[in-house]
Amino acid sequence: MKTIQKLLLGLSAGLLLIGCGNNSNQSKNSSGAMASSNAERVYVAPGEHDEYYAFMSGGYSGNVTVYGLPSGRMLKEIPVFSQFATNGYGYSEETKAMLNTSFGFVPWGDAHHPDISQTNGELDGRWIFINENNTPRIARISLETFETDEIIEIPNSAGNHASSFVTENTEYIVAGTRFAVPNPQKDMPIDEMKGEFKGPLSFISIDQDTGHMNLEFQLNMPGFNYDLAHPGRNKSHGWFFFTSYNTEEAHSMQEVNASQNDKDFIAAVNWKKLVEYVKNGGGKKVAGTYAHNIYDESTQTATTEMKKGVISVDPREVEGAVYYMPVPKSPHGCDVDPSGEYIIGNGKLSTQLSVYSFTKIQNAIKNKDFDGDAYGIPILKFESVLEGVVDSGGLGPLHTEFDGKGNGYTTFFISSEVVKWKLGTWEVLDRQPSFYSVGHLMIPGGNSRNPFGKYMVSLNKITKDRYLPTGPELEHSAQLYDISGDKMELLSDFPTHGEPHYAAGIPAEILKPKSKKYYELEENNHKYAAKSEDATRVERNGSEVHVYATTVRSHFAPDNIEGIKVGDKVYFHITNLEQDFDVPHGFSIIGANTSEILIMPGQTKTIVWEPKREGVWPFYCTDFCSALHQEMQGYVRVSAKNSNTKLRWSLDDEWRE
Amino acid sequence: MKPLMFLKLTVLSMALVCMIACNSKSNSTTGNETNNSQTDLTEVSSSNKGQAFMEGGSDEVNALKLAINSPDHTTLVKAVQAAGVENALVNVGPLTVFAPTNEAFDKLDKATLEDLLKPENKSKLANILVHHVAPSNYPVKTLEKNIEKKRKLYMADGQYLEVTKKGEDLYVGGTKIIASVSVSNGWVHIINDVLLP
Repeated sequence: MKTIQKLLLGLSAGLLLIGCGNNSNQSKNSSGAMASSNAERVYVAPGEHDEYYAFMSGGYSGNVTVYGLPSGRMLKEIPVFSQFATNGYGYSEETKAMLNTSFGFVPWGDAHHPDISQTNGELDGRWIFINENNTPRIARISLETFETDEIIEIPNSAGNHASSFVTENTEYIVAGTRFAVPNPQKDMPIDEMKGEFKGPLSFISIDQDTGHMNLEFQLNMPGFNYDLAHPGRNKSHGWFFFTSYNTEEAHSMQEVNASQNDKDFIAAVNWKKLVEYVKNGGGKKVAGTYAHNIYDESTQTATTEMKKGVISVDPREVEGAVYYMPVPKSPHGCDVDPSGEYIIGNGKLSTQLSVYSFTKIQNAIKNKDFDGDAYGIPILKFESVLEGVVDSGGLGPLHTEFDGKGNGYTTFFISSEVVKWKLGTWEVLDRQPSFYSVGHLMIPGGNSRNPFGKYMVSLNKITKDRYLPTGPELEHSAQLYDISGDKMELLSDFPTHGEPHYAAGIPAEILKPKSKKYYELEENNHKYAAKSEDATRVERNGSEVHVYATTVRSHFAPDNIEGIKVGDKVYFHITNLEQDFDVPHGFSIIGANTSEILIMPGQTKTIVWEPKREGVWPFYCTDFCSALHQEMQGYVRVSAKNSNTKLRWSLDDEWRE
Repeated sequence: MKPLMFLKLTVLSMALVCMIACNSKSNSTTGNETNNSQTDLTEVSSSNKGQAFMEGGSDEVNALKLAINSPDHTTLVKAVQAAGVENALVNVGPLTVFAPTNEAFDKLDKATLEDLLKPENKSKLANILVHHVAPSNYPVKTLEKNIEKKRKLYMADGQYLEVTKKGEDLYVGGTKIIASVSVSNGWVHIINDVLLP
């Protein structure tokens, strides 16, 4: 017995050596041949680029982080719903307006589900949208500049969770209401919520040229919790599917009270019908105040428009547009396969996935195969629309993505695993553990018509022992799997920033060629830009002072300013004259009650400084821009409020006034 | 004015030639670096040739590319490559390069020049070349300011050069600046003599 074992070991060792080829020397110190080959599969040599971009929501960081796959290297953090001192987003005068809401300035948000724009159901890489859960908002990020260009608030909603998913040609994105609320809001007893609260689903149209979002109408649904959504694809294009829970309409201790019904609902919504209805004057205008913030790349400035009123549509008044489908116990994810035929309901308290057939849904509607109604909305008979059940034995199914090769991949939170199953036969093909308690998963293009089924990333909620401990708070873990073969292979494990709810991936070659390298100075239409050192100046208007300054390696112009007085409000408008990739300059000054600003080449950015004490105060460049970065500094002389120090400024002792 | 326009035209017309030249050159560069163990290149990217060869990153060429594109600076480019100081001319800077023309190199003793280009004199050559680079931004206006404020020009080899003016012409280290070009990482001033440290 022992001899045979030794023989086998020897044989396999020999095979492994051959298998390793040229790399056998390098792998001597690693744990084995398998480990070494996995390392090679995620290794991106110095100077080489990753194959995919992965955009991960930052959850309670309010931002989006950009990773490279397969390396798992973090490439950037894009500020979206939160102030970001790293570049001054939300602090600079130009970007403060991005965080305006009907509740005033909100410096933070809870980012959830990024989704990349599509054309014909395929990723087109124009924009990425992401929703904010707490103060309901949707943001649009440019995939040329990787900057947030627009944020629209969603009125009459609360807990904007079932969003921001795009239709096949980015005609619409949706925003569902996770927390049922009175609509319109009013002062009323909480325990009278049943039948009184609503769950409006918002439909936001996208301007195909500018990407601008327009809140077109809200479907005023019964007050269940609309949790997640996905648009129909391909043959089901024109429909949207929303999971809901708490059909019990419990208002307290939901962890028990919202789990009483055996089945909750998926709402199947024919949005094309609703759009038609609204275009023909349907729906009625109701109250609802919301901020619409747009960043103009030309003026490099964000502005807020407070809008009032929204079209509300009663689902019962549009025949054939809205149906409910029963789904086992408190579903979470709602996913549609690339063909658009199958809609997957992941009942998070059920062990099974329910797969619905779009064809069967259409037939059931045609045949009026109903099982009663909920608040006047017909309920399609469960048996008539159910196509199959994936019974994997896993616990707590949450989300499903597709590989474009006929397979679905579903995460199971409680049993902490990803299960691969076959579309059509519903048989389980493989299962791999995740570390630990996986929430979302992402396959690049995995919710589109055309997934790129090479890698899958699991986004986990619990980290525990995966990395060196860093105190009680740990970054969440993600795992990268190779899904190109029959079985999933775990390749690597890397930390992610904030809490990545969903993520969206796209081949690098789609975005790389159009990524912006610098802003053309000639196209800078900022009101306070100084496009050359000759144009720099300081202007006083009462106690308001505007400094039109420039930066270029390695000095500010002007770099000496006198005649500023205590109590002044000084606006430093800094234009970066550089026209060279990756040469931003920063600016900050002692005593400023705001963050630094990072000014990209060709850009103008502004911070406010209100000097409180007399003296000579230095400012400097905060970004190590060049060999003489440490020399990139200047002084502001601040005199007493009633002094008569002359306002003047200079560079290299050439004083002007 | 005339040399400047000529240079700009050359930049345009030679762009294609440059691209070909860059590609073939990069291999030898890597070779040099490895031989001299300046960099321990355990992993070399095959697709990424480095910042010197990035396209479309700027509205202007960098100092090295400007020289490569100029038919008047073939000797300088040859010397830069022989000395292996390309990286010093493509980095973020800011730099001011005083670029001697072929004519300027021709003024040197032929044997001396050939000697300098030999591998064993690499550091000597590098030293001469960095004597032509000031680690700061010096447009003409700032050079004139240097005269006015009696400031010397600090060169990358640690020595100082004096800027003077005769009539309308500016001189650095006694040699006349015949044209000035703004580049993505600073300024290039064309001169008609090699500045020997």
